[in-house]
Amino acid sequence: MVSIKEALKSCSEEYFLPGNSCCAGCGLELALRWAMKALGPKTSLVAPASCLNVVVGLWPKTAPKFPFINMAFAAGAAAATGVSAAFKAKAYRFPEGPWKDMTSMTFAGDGGTTDIGIQGLSGAAERNTDMIYVCYDNEAYMNTGVQRSSSTPHGAKTTTTPFGKEQYKKDLPRIMEAHDIPYVATCSISEPTDLFEKFRKAKEIEGCKYIHILAPCPPGWGFGSDETIEMARLAVSTGAWILYEVENGVMTLSKKSKRLLDPSKRTPLADYISRQKRFSSISEKSIIELQKRIDKQWKKIEAELKCQEDYTE
Amino acid sequence: MTESEQKEFIQNQETKIIKGNISAAYAAKSARVQVISAYPITPQTTVVEKLSEFVDGGLMPGTQYIKVESEHSVMASIVGASIAGTRTFTATSGQGLFYMNEMLHWAAGARLPIVTAIASRGPAPPWNIWADFSDVISQRDTGWMSCFVSNHQEVYDEILMSYKLCEDQEILLPKFVAYGGFVVSHTSKPVQIEDQEKVDEFLPPLPDEKGWPHIFLDPDRPMMHGNLIMPSGFYSEFRMKIHEAQLRAIDKIKEVTKEFEKKFGRSYGNGLIEEYRINDADVAMLIYGDLALQMEQAVDELREEGYKVGSIKLRHFRPFPKEDIRKVAKKIKILGIMDRATAFGSPTGGPVSSEVKTALHNSGTDTTILPMISGLGGREVSVEQQKDQLKILVHLHETGEYPEDLLDGTLWHGKLEVK
Repeated sequence: MVSIKEALKSCSEEYFLPGNSCCAGCGLELALRWAMKALGPKTSLVAPASCLNVVVGLWPKTAPKFPFINMAFAAGAAAATGVSAAFKAKAYRFPEGPWKDMTSMTFAGDGGTTDIGIQGLSGAAERNTDMIYVCYDNEAYMNTGVQRSSSTPHGAKTTTTPFGKEQYKKDLPRIMEAHDIPYVATCSISEPTDLFEKFRKAKEIEGCKYIHILAPCPPGWGFGSDETIEMARLAVSTGAWILYEVENGVMTLSKKSKRLLDPSKRTPLADYISRQKRFSSISEKSIIELQKRIDKQWKKIEAELKCQEDYTE
Repeated sequence: MTESEQKEFIQNQETKIIKGNISAAYAAKSARVQVISAYPITPQTTVVEKLSEFVDGGLMPGTQYIKVESEHSVMASIVGASIAGTRTFTATSGQGLFYMNEMLHWAAGARLPIVTAIASRGPAPPWNIWADFSDVISQRDTGWMSCFVSNHQEVYDEILMSYKLCEDQEILLPKFVAYGGFVVSHTSKPVQIEDQEKVDEFLPPLPDEKGWPHIFLDPDRPMMHGNLIMPSGFYSEFRMKIHEAQLRAIDKIKEVTKEFEKKFGRSYGNGLIEEYRINDADVAMLIYGDLALQMEQAVDELREEGYKVGSIKLRHFRPFPKEDIRKVAKKIKILGIMDRATAFGSPTGGPVSSEVKTALHNSGTDTTILPMISGLGGREVSVEQQKDQLKILVHLHETGEYPEDLLDGTLWHGKLEVK
């Protein structure tokens, strides 16, 4: 794995510029900055409705230093599909131009991905569209004032679940894996070098790539703006958010998560939950249930890795 | 056409006996579209099937064809492809057009020269798949230009003309080319498919590497498109510019239609409307789509019986040819307006008749207007029925008597008898 120093050295350029209007401690900002460092300027980005449409700057100000299209909520994957097709059509007409090297990317929130955008995303994945689809997941509709999404975890309070959400978080990376696309990865903004490497890899792969980034939101989750990275770290160390990649159907746990195959290495979930105001009314029973689900999820992964080993032998 | 002329016409190798939908597909091919995105819906399906044959069969080298999972994604992907600087095409019908609606606003707001063929059908419920222009007319305020075509050749010709119009730097707006579902989409007639060289000469060149002048995706010239604009920003002005472009399109359509006629020898009036035997007519019917063509036959037959009747084919609905309609209305005493579409709760119940009434307001004409509606959901309207419709206008002219069963001033013609 590259070190932070190496990553910064290989890309000292910033593409998402200072002066943007992200909240202090915004997880999205880190996600986009590091993704763009890995991808470089030959990238065009489609941003369906989310905080990203606002934080890039109100007209005529603009923070991204790369081609950027704001897009309708449900249209993230399809618009980037059109862009990808246009780059191919242009590469045919202008073989000397930059078009064959361009990356078409969607950068959507969890609402735009797991809820309103899932049909378009599923279609793009099934067609194996040459693009990178990124979900930056802050686990609710933060831009419109913290309403629940299908990515909001059980027990979390939002403005539309004032007593805590009853249902459990939708596991979208697994749904994407079921589409049999060449690359699926999960990231956390607390692990920038891991994120950097996953985007570098995705850029080189032909076809549909899906990357899901956990991006904590200080005002939405109810923690201090200096605690974002710590919160993302806890999500990883508790095993609640598992870092892995699935390349051509083969799953690999990423470094920070791999050690958690040993349950004794996992930080108790309560340590993560107790730090966030959104879980202030969660019951003991729910915490126990959530912990059980995490442990069960790890058992499944363990079994899957074992199965993979048997299969490759 | 004499028999020998007919033979020659059919033997001409560029003339094909094809369905209206196939004519649309040939037009997209002749226009060398670079990105197609489509989702099948009756009665548009054979457009996208034919294009699949063209693209997958290697007849449209370099063209990308995205077979998406919904119409919302059709227009989203077309918007993405057009922003990136390519000539694009799609086709849809009824419910599919409704599902696109959000992205239609996006296409016009971004000023993208997208051309879309519409095999029009009646809105559900109850399910209906036959000719009715309520689908395309319901998209009236999206900013798209729209026109009705009445036959197979016109489908091909108008799609070509539309690219020339939409890509004009003074216009830069998307456009619908609508024709009746089944009655045009699925019937076969001879269509002249033009030489590629001639089409290339007529159309503007495909966008160059830099893309459109106003919008592009270029790593060397990074551009942000569509970000949030405060009420104090230029939002109102951007909107006004869309309307201004629509108004400019009125003259541009006339120019393009003239150029087309010069190049290919086929004429469509001034592009906006086509008058038929109007000059000494007392009464006339303004009508659109395939029924407008059939109305010309009804006019001919009544003329033989000595009635002074005429018809006006409305070709463009957006921009609306206000001045042309004022001029033509001045020539006649009674103007019937036949809608094959509905505008529920509007002043007349018919979308075009409501518009014509607005256009004639304060224009100094005292022409009497009789709004009519018929043929909804593909219900057949025969020549005999159209003659009856014209005779109602004649009767009104001669006696001043309106038909008995008007609904708030509008005649719903050809209704079933309820027992």
